Amino acid sequence: MSLEVDVEHARGSFQLRARFTAAPGLTALFGRSGSGKTSIVDIVGGLIRPTRGKVIVDGQVLVDTERRVFVPAHRRRIGYVFQDSRLFPHLSVRHNLLYGRWFARGNGGAVADLGAVVDLLGIGHLLDRQPDSLSGGEKQRVAIGRALLARPLLVLMDEPLASLDEARRAEILPYIERLRDEAGVPILYVSHSVAEVARLATTVVIMAEGKVTAVGPVLDTLPLADANDGGSVLDATVSRHDEAFELSVLTTAAGELQVPRLGAPTGAHVRAYIRARDVMLSLRPPEDISALNVLGGRVASVTPISGAQADVRLDCNGALLMARLTIKSVERLALTPGRPVFAVIKSVSFERT
Amino acid sequence: MTAEEWTAVRLSLLVATTATLASLPFGIAIAWLLARGKFWGKSVLDTLVHLPLILPPVVTGYLLLLSFGRRGFIGSFLADEFGIVFSFRWTGAALACAIMGFPLMVRAIRLSIEAVDRRLEAAAGTLGANPLWVFATVTLPLCLPGIIAGAILGFAKSMGEFGATITFVSNIPGETQTLPSLIYTLTQVPGGDAAAMRLTLVSIAISMVALLGSELLARRIGSRRQTA
Repeated sequence: MSLEVDVEHARGSFQLRARFTAAPGLTALFGRSGSGKTSIVDIVGGLIRPTRGKVIVDGQVLVDTERRVFVPAHRRRIGYVFQDSRLFPHLSVRHNLLYGRWFARGNGGAVADLGAVVDLLGIGHLLDRQPDSLSGGEKQRVAIGRALLARPLLVLMDEPLASLDEARRAEILPYIERLRDEAGVPILYVSHSVAEVARLATTVVIMAEGKVTAVGPVLDTLPLADANDGGSVLDATVSRHDEAFELSVLTTAAGELQVPRLGAPTGAHVRAYIRARDVMLSLRPPEDISALNVLGGRVASVTPISGAQADVRLDCNGALLMARLTIKSVERLALTPGRPVFAVIKSVSFERT
Repeated sequence: MTAEEWTAVRLSLLVATTATLASLPFGIAIAWLLARGKFWGKSVLDTLVHLPLILPPVVTGYLLLLSFGRRGFIGSFLADEFGIVFSFRWTGAALACAIMGFPLMVRAIRLSIEAVDRRLEAAAGTLGANPLWVFATVTLPLCLPGIIAGAILGFAKSMGEFGATITFVSNIPGETQTLPSLIYTLTQVPGGDAAAMRLTLVSIAISMVALLGSELLARRIGSRRQTA
């Protein structure tokens, strides 16, 4: 699958200008609210007609304003999972699920299997219920199933977890991962949550004020993401569990990390997300401190983000780590590229992959 | 009740049912246009639809006579080409009732279409349904209570329609003499009071049954959507 987007769109005083190509897997559109993420998925899905530009999926031109091509939404075969699920209130869960499949029956290929999708999403016990009686998390799983059964070439998800509480999010995330890994359907996923993107994305498209500011693989790109809530992602393997202290030890390119006991078995791959503001720097190996995790590295770059603060990027044996410091600290420690430092990590959040 | 009275009751039911069923598809189409359409002259259409509500019924009846009468430009065309005659027939009474009930019907249906969440229609589109299917499988079922309400209003209006009907198709026993026309006739002759009262009660009964029926139907649709 390939998705090429190159569009301009004006809505009132808001100007959207976006150009990117999405690789297979899950591509996250990441940015603050109002950055134009939803406009992009609406354009790809055919709900908005862009002022100018092109949208091409798998070589098939869906929009080309110069050649006056605009394929209507119902002929695009692009599934859409909305933030507010939008299940049909007058149909049972089963008929909601089958709605799109019925229209997709003429598309050739294997018939989408209701049983397989129901198993994938764990919604078998809901089939005869009405949407009104479902919880938020259940509704979103049904909405994902409904989109899948229309056998889409691409699935759009617009903040599918935004309206849910933390527990419900945790309940759905594994299903989206299975979808990405097992169903093989490419996904364009809108989110403003770093944790979600770090966990789910293969590729990240970062947006700000209607423009694409960065595109690339999640490990390299996410650290550039948000000036207010930056951080870095480390690929890690669970090497052992320290049962006495209820800790898990992870191996990363940058070194070992000790973290509160994870549910993941030894050998499992996890993605650790370390917020820049949770990293302190020291010129000498810190002794007698409570923090368990200290990684050695060199300063790669220093980027001021305001008059008072700067982001320091560290090269820790090839892995990228970001620290958010005050400019005063940067000057006091004379942090310049190449300088060896020790990073003290106050906390790590974990996302299984 | 006398045979004449029964005939009038039967005729009124036939006229009202025909008027309601025949105008319903047009009512839904116009309501959809007014609720969702964006076109030049929309306010003109809106005014035209509402006109029978504001005009004196006699005026509407007279206009119908001019256009759908034997010598009227539409009436003569329909009679010559298709053999459809409205003037002084029960079909003319049905036409007059349909026109008089139309604004009420369109209004109820339009409001219910406007209340349908357009985001659901967009969702149906992304699932492969073309606009016609979206209307048939999402919009229509969701505004069904409004359509029933509109149909009942149209039916009730038809049962009571008098002015336009008597102007357009007169008051011919067995052909165009509906319940209200007969009541009017009876009040004009000496000793007709008892019969007029009987028919008035019949009229009230039919209206109440229709209203109750629509209420029950709407409630059943509502509850099926809630639980089930």
